[in-house]
Amino acid sequence: MVLIASAPTFSHGVHPADQKARSATEPIGRMPFVREYSVPLRQHIGAASEPIVAVGDIVQRGQLIAKRASFVSTNQHAPVTGRVKAIETRPHPSGVSVRAIVIESDPFSSQQMGASGPRSDQALADSVSDAGIVGMGGAAFPAHVKLSVPEGRTVDTLLMNGCECEPYLTCDHRIMLEHPTAVLEGTAMIQTALGAKASVIGVEQNKSDAADVLRAASKGSVSVAQVAVKYPQGAEKMLIKAVLGREVPVGKLPLDVGVVVHNVGTAFAVHEAVRLGKPLIERVVTVSGPAVSQPRNLWVPIGTPICDLLAFVGLDQLDQYIVISGGPMMGQAQKNLQAPVVKGMSGILVFPAAHQATKEYPCIRCGRCLDACPMFLNPTRLWLLTRNRDIEALNQHHVQACFECGSCSYVCPSHIPLVHAIRMGKKLVREAQV
Amino acid sequence: MSKLLLVSSPFVRDERNTPQLMRDVIGSLVPILIMSMWVFGVIALLMVAVTGATAVVTERLVTSKRSLHDGSALLTGLLLGFVLPPGLPLWMGALGSAFAVGLGKAAFGGLGANIFNPALLGRAFLQAAFPEAMTTWVAPQMGFWQLPERSLAWPLMGSHVDGISAATPLGGFKFQGLTTDLSEMVVGTTAGSLGETATWLLVLCGLWLALRKAFDWRLPVSTLFSVALLSWVLHATVPERCADPMTMLGSGGLMFAAVFMVTDPVTTPVTAKGMWLFGFGTGVLVVLIRSFGGLPEGVMYAVLLMNAVTPWINRFTQPRVFGGLA
Ligand code: SF4
Ligand code: SF4
Repeated sequence: MVLIASAPTFSHGVHPADQKARSATEPIGRMPFVREYSVPLRQHIGAASEPIVAVGDIVQRGQLIAKRASFVSTNQHAPVTGRVKAIETRPHPSGVSVRAIVIESDPFSSQQMGASGPRSDQALADSVSDAGIVGMGGAAFPAHVKLSVPEGRTVDTLLMNGCECEPYLTCDHRIMLEHPTAVLEGTAMIQTALGAKASVIGVEQNKSDAADVLRAASKGSVSVAQVAVKYPQGAEKMLIKAVLGREVPVGKLPLDVGVVVHNVGTAFAVHEAVRLGKPLIERVVTVSGPAVSQPRNLWVPIGTPICDLLAFVGLDQLDQYIVISGGPMMGQAQKNLQAPVVKGMSGILVFPAAHQATKEYPCIRCGRCLDACPMFLNPTRLWLLTRNRDIEALNQHHVQACFECGSCSYVCPSHIPLVHAIRMGKKLVREAQV
Repeated sequence: MSKLLLVSSPFVRDERNTPQLMRDVIGSLVPILIMSMWVFGVIALLMVAVTGATAVVTERLVTSKRSLHDGSALLTGLLLGFVLPPGLPLWMGALGSAFAVGLGKAAFGGLGANIFNPALLGRAFLQAAFPEAMTTWVAPQMGFWQLPERSLAWPLMGSHVDGISAATPLGGFKFQGLTTDLSEMVVGTTAGSLGETATWLLVLCGLWLALRKAFDWRLPVSTLFSVALLSWVLHATVPERCADPMTMLGSGGLMFAAVFMVTDPVTTPVTAKGMWLFGFGTGVLVVLIRSFGGLPEGVMYAVLLMNAVTPWINRFTQPRVFGGLA
């Protein structure tokens, strides 16, 4: 592998089949409006948003309906014009029910957004915060937090993440292809806000068409770095290593090596917010997976129930299927398809049940998991230490450095749910600390 | 909705799985068995059948769980059969196989938990119990149906040596200062354990298994490399003690062990650095025992010794965490 991979990358990692051809050439379509939306007050990392509407209120598409509760929190906007039907606990793709604003859409509305116009007069972080933008790559960290550089720190490089290393997902790919100028302008805005000297867009080699389009549109203002196709190339630390050769110290942030990483989808959303005054009320979702006969990339209003989205692509008999939000490596199986599409949801994948019929065998100590771990951890050991509840040793073996990429479980020939166990191990350590 | 399946990520997996890896290794033993029958006749088939079957039966008797289908017990039995001298009484083979699986493996807690390579542990047991029978070698190509009388001897009776005994290439070198024709060692028409003589075939099987990713290539490569390097140096210094690198690589159980013993994931390190260390250590021990030890062959002890220090190697070769201090 080392010999073939001439493009820059990180060490270790895995090579799952990328399965992107299924939807990579599908232009982004539109999910039609449905009857009911549920906008969770928590679809980001940080404090839950505070509702500013009441049951019975009429809201217009794009109207602010919940305000960010603290610095690390986000605003929420109405994805449709309609009536607030309830503010109550509703299913959430995370599996835990979360308080949500439920809006019944007005079938007679034209679904025009309220006029707000460009917002170039205020600081970028404020516009982005107003628009309720979160990191679009999946982590859903409030974007404005990563637009202001803390006192005394400097950022020399803005790294835009266009890797999309999870198999099946093609939403970032399509955004780069269809909206290169918006991505580049958003990037330029973020770069200016951060005071970074340079910005680089990292794109995996399986999306070289997107890289070409971006390069042509940028006319040299932004550099485009092609990186090897390898999972998890899109993890912040791995991307920084591949493109800039810098290693983020364990337990530290990209900022500590002078870098901020944003997703290309976030750049697009930032551009929309600033140029058009459009809040984050919809996102591109890839609907794919072996059970989906016609995979799509779709603009989907936030709050759309997953079952409605699946019905739209022709899937309504979902007994004995596995429905995943996100990619197949790090995504989450859904237990209730009433859960809505949220801001950080890049894909909905459907797998037939037989797919997961695997039997666990004893660990044969083959070392494949060590060779796969991009963080250079010892997953088989962490798994054992978790079973023994050995907190001290878990700490010594840097269990907290695991970012749950799943590469170890992917390669394990004995099908041991390593990342699942390590997740528990991290939890044990966290609980022991409080 | 209640019928949606809840499972945790990742939802895709590499195709290789453990029983499949075992099957690959077992499959690669088939051509070796055929070759062995060509060299030593039908006794090869009998011995391997006896050790294989004993291993499977033993596992069924000593373990409560039905762990048979992972194929590891069968593999242990087969491997043991191939490292025994042709003409060894079959009952000894059966005993060794029962020991390998019952004590070498199951007593440690089954697949994955044992420290020592179970097949080699079985062989070491036989060597200790029946030193004479284990070091008596029949000449190759005595005729296909030729069965040494002692092969079928009843337990504890008549294990006297009959037939024509021959010297292995390493024994010949050690005790008589003889060198064996390299071409014979490559083709496999020399005296030796059942599966170890045909170097060319072992190399091919090794390459196939490496391509199938059935084992980690670093283990055999480092082993063979260090044998070649050290014997090259020693042969230049003390030629009467240490054979030349080609003889070292082509003779005895080295190639068989390089393909089937040092590649056993269970009893070798999990870390990359550890794998290199394990291979180098094994290679060095092989050359030292062969050259300066009392026995002509030392592969078995070299591997078992390295097995013993593997937990320690693992401990001291933990990878440096990404972003950690150098
Ligand atoms: S231990 Fe964590 S970081 Fe390492 S491969 Fe497994 S999930 Fe990924
Ligand atoms: S990959 Fe699986 S079988 Fe191999 S060492 Fe890791 S946990 Fe054990």
